Amino acid sequence: MSHTPAATVDDHRQGDRPDRGPHDHADTAAHGSRRGYLIGFVLSVVLTAIPFWLVMARPFGANATVLLVAAFAAVQIIVHMIYFLHMTTKSEGGWTMMALIFTAVLVVITLAGSLWVMVHMNSNMMPMPPADMATMDMG
Amino acid sequence: MSEMLLKAIFGRLSLASFPIHEPILVATFAVVALGGIGVLWAITRYRLWGWLWRDWFTSVDHKRIGIMYMALGIVMLLRGFADAIMMRIQQAIAFGGSEGYLNAHHYDQIFTAHGVIMIFFVAMPMVTGLMNYVVPLQIGARDVSFPFLNNFSFWMTGAGAAIVMTSLFVGEFARTGWLGMPPLSGIAYSPDVGVDYYIWGLQVAGVGTLLSGVNLIVTIVKMRAPGMTMMKMPIFTWTALCTNILIVAAFPVLTAVLALLSLDRYVGTAFFTNDLGGNPMMYVNLIWIWGHPEVYILVLPVFGVFSEVTSTFSGKRLFGYSSMVYATVVITILAYLVWLHHFFTMGSGASVNSFFGITTMIIAIPTGAKIFNWLFTMYRGRIRFDVPMMWTVAFMLTFVIGGMTGVLLAVPPADFVLHNSLFLVAHFHNVIIGGVLFGMFAAINYWWPKAFGFRLDPVWGKRSFWFWVTGFYLAFMPLYALGLMGVTRRMRYFDDPALQAWFVAAALGAGLIALGIACFLVQMAVSIRDRARLADTTGDPWNGRTLEWATASPPPDYNFAVTPVIHDLDAWHDMKERHHERPCTGFSDIPMPKNTPAGVYLAGLSYLLAIGMVWYMWWLAAVALVGAVAVAIWNSFDYDREYHIPGEVVTRTEDRRTQALEALA
Amino acid sequence: MSAAAPAAEADGPIRFYVEEEHPHPPGASTALGFWIYLMSDCLIFAALFATYGVLGGATAGGPAPRDLFDLPLVALNTGLLLFSSITYGFAMLAMDEGARGRTLAWLAATGLFGLGFLSVELYEFSHLIHEGAGPQRSAFLSSFFALVGTHGLHVTFGIIWLVTLMVQVGRYGLIDANRRRLLCLSMFWHFLDVVWIGVFTFVYLMGMLR
Repeated sequence: MSHTPAATVDDHRQGDRPDRGPHDHADTAAHGSRRGYLIGFVLSVVLTAIPFWLVMARPFGANATVLLVAAFAAVQIIVHMIYFLHMTTKSEGGWTMMALIFTAVLVVITLAGSLWVMVHMNSNMMPMPPADMATMDMG
Repeated sequence: MSEMLLKAIFGRLSLASFPIHEPILVATFAVVALGGIGVLWAITRYRLWGWLWRDWFTSVDHKRIGIMYMALGIVMLLRGFADAIMMRIQQAIAFGGSEGYLNAHHYDQIFTAHGVIMIFFVAMPMVTGLMNYVVPLQIGARDVSFPFLNNFSFWMTGAGAAIVMTSLFVGEFARTGWLGMPPLSGIAYSPDVGVDYYIWGLQVAGVGTLLSGVNLIVTIVKMRAPGMTMMKMPIFTWTALCTNILIVAAFPVLTAVLALLSLDRYVGTAFFTNDLGGNPMMYVNLIWIWGHPEVYILVLPVFGVFSEVTSTFSGKRLFGYSSMVYATVVITILAYLVWLHHFFTMGSGASVNSFFGITTMIIAIPTGAKIFNWLFTMYRGRIRFDVPMMWTVAFMLTFVIGGMTGVLLAVPPADFVLHNSLFLVAHFHNVIIGGVLFGMFAAINYWWPKAFGFRLDPVWGKRSFWFWVTGFYLAFMPLYALGLMGVTRRMRYFDDPALQAWFVAAALGAGLIALGIACFLVQMAVSIRDRARLADTTGDPWNGRTLEWATASPPPDYNFAVTPVIHDLDAWHDMKERHHERPCTGFSDIPMPKNTPAGVYLAGLSYLLAIGMVWYMWWLAAVALVGAVAVAIWNSFDYDREYHIPGEVVTRTEDRRTQALEALA
Repeated sequence: MSAAAPAAEADGPIRFYVEEEHPHPPGASTALGFWIYLMSDCLIFAALFATYGVLGGATAGGPAPRDLFDLPLVALNTGLLLFSSITYGFAMLAMDEGARGRTLAWLAATGLFGLGFLSVELYEFSHLIHEGAGPQRSAFLSSFFALVGTHGLHVTFGIIWLVTLMVQVGRYGLIDANRRRLLCLSMFWHFLDVVWIGVFTFVYLMGMLR
């Protein structure tokens, strides 16, 4: 047997497909394979090692390094999603993927929105050069 | 030595923590204590403890949990309204030389408690309870996806309410306003227990809210009856789905921001302090990222209620079903893009303010589309003005006014004038009372017969309706005027005697609302007394259109003896039109979830954890935390969570219904 | 009256009730439910990341990231967590083959890597506090400890859960309920690894570049 029945049986009562039988498995990619885990692992090691090296050896300037490091993180997150979390567009009738995309959008809104709002607020409401702020210690 | 021992045991709790110097609180305590003893005596006298524990407290039946949520909401409504009328009376008399009857310390707690209780422990339980009750029935399911989790969620909400109520008689509540903004809510300016009660009450209740959100999403996604595609889902279920998506996506932010505030208070971190680089504005930013979606969490389900009611009582299919669905989805997404309109005045500048002003105004478009859909549903319909429909019409008129003042506030320059004024207070009461509360009354009147098998008395219902609606207008229209004159909110005392007439009018309005609440309570009492006269044996008293009316009232434990197959959006209407045959034989065993007390235990321990943290009784907090983890682990060793309702029992139950229906015909 | 004629109408009388009940199998929704819970957890981290993003520069005259972070240590921790992810993956493969002993062995390995991660993190925290760079020092350090600490708390909770599950698998075997629970914990564990990618990139690596 290749996967747990209870966890992966797609419920036949799901409305969109009234005529499907109860043992009509939709999710077969629940746990992946040894090969998949190893590919994911090797990719992750590479995608982790390069950004650490970029920061520790500093072959590029700060701005370029930030962008590169962020790009490697994004790729590695996708690698984890595919090889470790086994995300596909088909699992659970697409609902897990939809939830993931929705969450990703909200994470971006929360992060980018907060930064945007707060940076503007600081620049408007704190007429103090950053150099002074760094040394400000009122405690 | 003994002092240190006392401190180790009781933390900061001492005899001085009990507000015996506040006559109002002592009197309230006496009334509550007497009432409580009376209830406990009655339960003992009539030997109801076993019944309560077995059939209700430990029940995992979504219908019973839904009713318990509603009961919690109604009880807390009384508390929240008591706060409201105290404020109205204070503001009506505190003019000239008079200081009124509430001191500042007490008054500040009251307006905070009023907001917190009305949003978290009245509106939220009612909305959650309604979704719990109605959604599984509407989609033809036998329960929610995670029945135990559902019971646990309810008790966590209840424990949160209990924490807030405890603050009434032990210690004090926050004096910060309902969002507990730092630096005022920081330890430097609020060293007492009030803000801690606030934090722990919301955190404990928040766990319940979040988990019930997950539960209902999965229920709607996975448990729909065969044939019910997404676009054949009843509109209330659609709004419930979107609401729960909002809950799951917004409440974590509240949890996080309150946790950071507690770190500031307990550990001495510097997130929202004025010194050491902290930034109180970040708290405001984060809490409104939760706070704005929260508004739609409350109002979307009642949009669903009004859609069901309008369609049923107009005897027509809902006009523009798919536009209604799209409008709901659009509102769900836009809800995350408007949070800054709550703090235009904080100084993010023109570019940021214009973005959020525009997104806010855009929300008026899908909302307006909904209003037109309801109007077109009524157009050329055979409208029956039963009590739920009356609430719906009142809602449409009132909500449009509230919506338009909302669009006014969305204009940043106008907001600079109106921010923090009574205009704002009038606006959000206009949409929350006119929307959420009216919706809840419509829903209670509409689904009560489903839940209990008899209708609510329409005469007292209409009395309640008229007192509420006129009371609302009298209480809040003056606040619009006062706000435009520049009167700010949360004031305890006024110098200008010219304002007093407006406040007196508002207080009279609150008095009318009190009568409306009284009539509602009488309505329930009278209806229970006259339940034989108001009985409904058809299960379908309003000539309904959706699946919940297909089963008996009250529905049997298993909801549907045989799972229905859906061919049309108005599934039950379709079944009636095409003369379906109700199955009377051949029932099989039905697997159902078992009741469990684990939810009560976990919530009780969470309550103790919160009390320990509030009063710095560290031993209590530690014991309760370890206990809660232990109970959770112990509960996970219980693998036997199902039982079967035997086919014969189903047959007997359904036979009784068959006979009742035949007697009717 | 219905716009789309149901397919059932074509081949016989219309059915309004299912003829043969296939009861909702217990736990069929658990994976989706747990995934949605994880998404909400993700938003807790989003709020903490946003706080770190806004307050991360507010050192209040105290130490800055560059003065504090020890990248080799972070690399070690990242490695430990990554190893624990793949050992958990092997546990799931063993579970699929129905090998209880090997499942338990891989789970134990996962738990040990998790404990190693936590030990390194606690060492790092105590070292920082010892140097006077505790969470009370500045808003930057507050937000650093909150974000990294919340992740650490999740790992702690994951280990408690892992031990509980090992007991349950040992006692009751790889029954359906336990397989479901192992699947949920695997999602939780891999999710924590994903969050850690954000932490080491956003907090540590970019902190060194500030």
